[in-house]
Amino acid sequence: MRIEILGMGCLKCKKLYENAQAAVKELNVQAEVVKVEDIQKIVDYGLMTTPAIAIDGEVKAAGRISTPDEIKKWISTK
Amino acid sequence: MAKECLCQANEIVVFPCSGGSNCGQIANNVAVHLTEEGIGTLFCLAGIGAHIPGMIESAKSAKRIVAIDGCSVECAKKTLEHVGITITDYIDMTKEGIAKTKNFKLSQQDILFIVKRAKQELAKER
Repeated sequence: MRIEILGMGCLKCKKLYENAQAAVKELNVQAEVVKVEDIQKIVDYGLMTTPAIAIDGEVKAAGRISTPDEIKKWISTK
Repeated sequence: MAKECLCQANEIVVFPCSGGSNCGQIANNVAVHLTEEGIGTLFCLAGIGAHIPGMIESAKSAKRIVAIDGCSVECAKKTLEHVGITITDYIDMTKEGIAKTKNFKLSQQDILFIVKRAKQELAKER
């Protein structure tokens, strides 16, 4: 599983990255959490606001910091 | 390309129907006006219709969602509702007294009138 944190690297993006890492750790699943700061890749997802999170290429939320619990739900339904 | 943060919340997003009539194109012009004035941000209704998750989630994060339909077929309204986006401010231009035609020589007066109406809607507490 690949979890992408999309954003330019500001504090909100960092917080979302931490939340994603916490969710992966709590569920003890194999997942790669990566930061995507390339504006072209962000735009290619159709995003008009960040931070955003995508799991295996599908955007789950944008414009807010998803909580670890939300991220755990998305991981569990994969 | 300059490294520009997109983390500012889109407080107000605007979805014109951009349809194939004078009214649809006036709706589009109104959304451009509102964007250029810094009042809202023009969003892509086609992207919502195409179910692009990034666009849908970006729109859902906005505080106010404005839909501007050129006529009472309500394509913008229905497209947004179809993906669960709740419209906070709505304008149907034919109900504002603008007749739908196939004349694409758009009236600046009509555009500015609908810009004014959109501002009036946005001035209301939601």
